[in-house]
Parts: sequence; structure tokens; C-alpha cells
Amino acid sequence: MAEKAEIEVKASQWRLVEVGRVVLFTHGQYTGRLAAIVEIIDHKRALVDGPSKKENADVPRQSVTLNNLIVTPIVIAKLPRAAGRGAVAKAWEKTEVEKKWNESAWAKRREQREKRHNLSDFDRFKVLRLKKQARFEVRKAHAKVRASAKSSS
Amino acid sequence: MGRLNEYQVIGRHLPTDTNPTPKLYRMRIFAPNTVVAKSRFWYFLMKLRKVKKSNGEIITINLIHERRPTKVKNFGIWIRYDSRSGTHNMYKEYREMSRTEAVDALYQDMAARHRARFRSIHILKVVELEKTDDVKRPYIKQLLSKNLKFPLPHRVPKATSKALFSAHRPTTFA
Repeated sequence: MAEKAEIEVKASQWRLVEVGRVVLFTHGQYTGRLAAIVEIIDHKRALVDGPSKKENADVPRQSVTLNNLIVTPIVIAKLPRAAGRGAVAKAWEKTEVEKKWNESAWAKRREQREKRHNLSDFDRFKVLRLKKQARFEVRKAHAKVRASAKSSS
Repeated sequence: MGRLNEYQVIGRHLPTDTNPTPKLYRMRIFAPNTVVAKSRFWYFLMKLRKVKKSNGEIITINLIHERRPTKVKNFGIWIRYDSRSGTHNMYKEYREMSRTEAVDALYQDMAARHRARFRSIHILKVVELEKTDDVKRPYIKQLLSKNLKFPLPHRVPKATSKALFSAHRPTTFA
């Protein structure tokens, strides 16, 4: 061994359960809706509040088990512990939680899956045709690039 | 809505010739319904005073609602319970949103740790601990530390499909 191996040790990047963390409901009445953790009750429960202004997207302030949630990478920074509904709503607007969420690949994939799930048989056929057309265009362009590369060399 | 409710029960001995205005007794009782609440009232009153259901009456029974049911609070509960070998006094703490939820958690906890039934537990006092310095038990203290945060390191997803076999292992972190 000639030289010391350089090893960087990094702590794993867990998404933490903390005050201000935005969570996604995966089970129950509010499935698919977002809320922010307002206070941690114990190891398995948290008080959450989802002040979304959109219809059928808000979550009333309540205690929920963490089993029914997934923590998202979005955090409302410096949310005070046990903040009221109004304060949470303001911080929610300010950090643009819903904008960040809608731009994430996770949300897009969820939306697409939801959409595809509700398609009719004919709609599914249309998807098949459109995918085929897209694929054809991509391959055509790719073939052109390859041909030009071969001729130039 | 939990399993238990909190009732205010007021009762007294029936008026007699010797005592036409008997003393009123008031209790705050945790019970699933008014029938059980009244029964528990007589059970406790008989232990404390010479009044029975047959020579007494219940004046009022009201449901007590939690004042702020969306605030997380710490509760201290004093109990007396009969184990298989004797009677013990206990003090326990719970972190819940309401008094009834705290008492509900207490009954579950006592059932789990001591196999104690509802009938063998007397709730003596339920107090909200407003100052964090008043919290005595380490299992509640640890939840009051500043900037508390923790990961969910091993999450087994609930079965989403009924398929017996899967092409991929589930992801169990975050």
C-alpha cells in the first residue's frame, strides 16, 4: 500500500420526522393528501395539519400514526412547535409546499399512475399508439445520428 | 372519539326525617357510557361514605368535553390497582390530546404490562402537567427535548397487491 486510501464517511440522509416536515397520507380517509407535522406526540404518532386551499386537499388538524404516512423531502423550515392553524397556513404558503410537491417526480408519477388507472380500454389503446409513435421518432433521430457518425469517421 | 368519556356525576343520600338536606357528592368518572358511569359512582361512594344506590339518588350526570382537543398535553395519573398478589399505588404519565385519551391509554398500558382489567383499577387523579419540569418519567421526558427529530429506519409497506410473489424486494427505508 503506497498511500492512504481516502475514504469519506457520510451519515445516511434519512428523511426525519420533525416539526415542519411535510408528510403524505398513504392510508385512510385522507389518502394522497399532504400535511405538515406540527408536533410529535410520541414515537408512533404526530399532530399534523394540512392547510391546503385546494378543494379535497386539506387535512384537518389531528393526531395520526406514522404508519399511515410517508415523510417527504419537503420541510417547512423553522416552524415553531405546536403552531396554530393560521401560522401553519402562512408558512405553508411561504415555502410553496404544494408547488414543490407538484414539481417532484414522485408526485408526477403518482398522478400518472392515478390517471392510467382510470383509463378506459380505448384510452389504453391510444396510449399504446402514442408511445409507439414517440418511440419511432426517437429511433429515427437516433439512426440519423449514428449514420452521420459512421460517414464522418 | 375514544372508548371512554368523562362524566360529572352528582348524587346524594335520600332525604330523611333526621337529615332533610343530605350532602351532595360530586365525582368525575371515566366510563364508556352513562350506565357504567352511574354504577362506578355508587361503587366509589360506597367505599367512602355510608350511602348506597338503594338509599341514594343521582342528581345530575353530564358529559365533560375536552377544552382543547387539538393540543398535545402531558398528563400525570395516580391509580390504585389490585394485582394478583396485592394492592399497589402507581403514578404514570401519558402524552395525549385529552384526558379521556390519557385514561384510555392508561387502561391499555396496565392491561399490557400488568394484565390488569378495568375492574381492578381505580383512577385517583388525572392532572395535566403544564410545566415540563413537572414531568417525572423518563419515557415522557425524552419526547420533550428541544428540536426532537428521528428517522423511520425500517418501514415494511402494507400489502398493496395480493400477488404472492414479487419481482422486486420492497424498499424498507424512508
